[in-house]
Amino acid sequence: MATFGVLAEFKSPADLYRACERVRDAGYTRWDAHSPFPVHGLEGAMGMKRSKLPWIILVMALGGAATGFLLQTWVHSMAYPLTISGKPHFAWPAYVPITFELGVLGGALAAVFGMFGLNQLPRHHHPLFESARFARFSDDAFFISIEAVDPMFDAAAASKLLHGAGASHVEIVEDLP
Amino acid sequence: MSHDSSRPALRREDVTIPAGHVLTRLPWIGAGVGAVGLVTAFVLRPGDPKQFAFSWLFAFLFFLSLALGALYFVLIHFATQAGWGIVVRRLAENTMAILPLFAVLFIPLLLGMGELFPWVQGIAEGKNHVLSGKAPYLNTSFFVIRAVVYFTCWSAIAMYFFRRSRGQDSSAAHAISVGLRRLSGPAVIVLALTQTFAAVDWIMSLDPYWYSTIFGVYWFAGSFVSFFALMTLMVVRLRRAGFLTKIVGLDHFHDLGKLLFAFTVFWAYIGFSQYFLIWYGNIPEETIFFRHRLEGSWTAVSLLLAAGHFIIPFFFFMPRTIKRKPGLLALGASWMLAMHAVDLYWLIMPVMHPHGVAVTLLDVAAFLAVGGLFFGALSWMMLGSPLVPVGDPRLPESLSFENV
Repeated sequence: MATFGVLAEFKSPADLYRACERVRDAGYTRWDAHSPFPVHGLEGAMGMKRSKLPWIILVMALGGAATGFLLQTWVHSMAYPLTISGKPHFAWPAYVPITFELGVLGGALAAVFGMFGLNQLPRHHHPLFESARFARFSDDAFFISIEAVDPMFDAAAASKLLHGAGASHVEIVEDLP
Repeated sequence: MSHDSSRPALRREDVTIPAGHVLTRLPWIGAGVGAVGLVTAFVLRPGDPKQFAFSWLFAFLFFLSLALGALYFVLIHFATQAGWGIVVRRLAENTMAILPLFAVLFIPLLLGMGELFPWVQGIAEGKNHVLSGKAPYLNTSFFVIRAVVYFTCWSAIAMYFFRRSRGQDSSAAHAISVGLRRLSGPAVIVLALTQTFAAVDWIMSLDPYWYSTIFGVYWFAGSFVSFFALMTLMVVRLRRAGFLTKIVGLDHFHDLGKLLFAFTVFWAYIGFSQYFLIWYGNIPEETIFFRHRLEGSWTAVSLLLAAGHFIIPFFFFMPRTIKRKPGLLALGASWMLAMHAVDLYWLIMPVMHPHGVAVTLLDVAAFLAVGGLFFGALSWMMLGSPLVPVGDPRLPESLSFENV
């Protein structure tokens, strides 16, 4: 069976924070930290880059707005021109509310589903759930997992690094069959 | 999670401007500029009393917008029990404490009422049917009574909150926070109503035939966004002089940037709503407002307003990086202040110069007069107390504030 990665347990958020800095500085890229509550500044200690989500939202919001505007323009001034209350066929102020709403809709949908996509959700199971200790990640324990897909992964070296970083327990987690 | 270990200690030299510091000269510079403007404006007044009245109205409303925006900020801050902004609240309190000064600055407008408002003359003659119908509201004595009520309400609320907040500096009593919070809700209602009526009285009634029900909100939107711009500039200036450096951090700038962005959008939303309904209804007595503002060089000003007060700042303030760079944020804030001036100019001056923009020396003189006194008084207030409310029990929360 293939190895999913190495899982290390820490006793406190402070231990986790320092260990994250060590793992970051060692140059690992495919790894994660698990904590029952948000730890301020942990994203910095992990060396995480800014999310791509804002750009996805911007493109989708502008796309939604453009769709709304162009659709109304096409309907009112090309496909089915109809004079309404003496306004010209291309009556752009009348298109603004729908344009605005579709812009908001595009941005909101992109925010929700983009977040799911970037987090690789929904998923039914995860190899880490095979570890009996890991259940406490949502209760009182703090974990770091380094995945085997990381280009510089080596089970022995990763275990040594995590032990050296103050882990109270380190185990190898198998991948799902 | 609290940051007890990294929480910055409040140092006296960070929050008090010492005697002899270069900033202590600002009140005198402001007063000097104001005096020069005042003398120039009154010397030029006999030559063109109508232009004087309009120029003064423009300058008066621009700086009054900033003070009223500050009052809103403080009241909403208490009403929502906001934590992030306690470190900048005193700057807003100093700004709102200037409100009583505006009651004095209003006097030149009373002198020029006849020139400003066509209804003064129209009702006196009694020939105009529409104006006679509006006479129970639009008459000189009720106008003056209302103005007295506005200034009384604004000054009373501002001075009460100012005194109590400064009292907390030494007593650090939690009861003061609770009392001001209880009072802030009703005070916001009073402020919203009085500012709406003031917008009708002082701007909308320049054309007594025209009306727009959203007009009060439009002025509020502009005044709120321009106050955030002023606050950003105050913080940046004080930090350059070495104050507040350990107190107001990037996360506070980030929030000021978010508010600038949000209320820029809010202004556009209200402004477009006003335009949209008038365009759609297409009733001559309503459309005349935009008809005047799309004539001659006013067209360019209208387009400048749409682009400069909304489209450009919308994309400028959007990125997180800009909100976290005080220099760039200050640039955007200066731009928004300038755009608020354009906005008020666009509201007021087409009544005086219907065929195109005409900036006169009186515009400059009145602006320097009111502006000099405004900034003189503002910097004077800053010398009188610590730059942050040092006695607020929740100050530590604000100091360690972080945007996630």
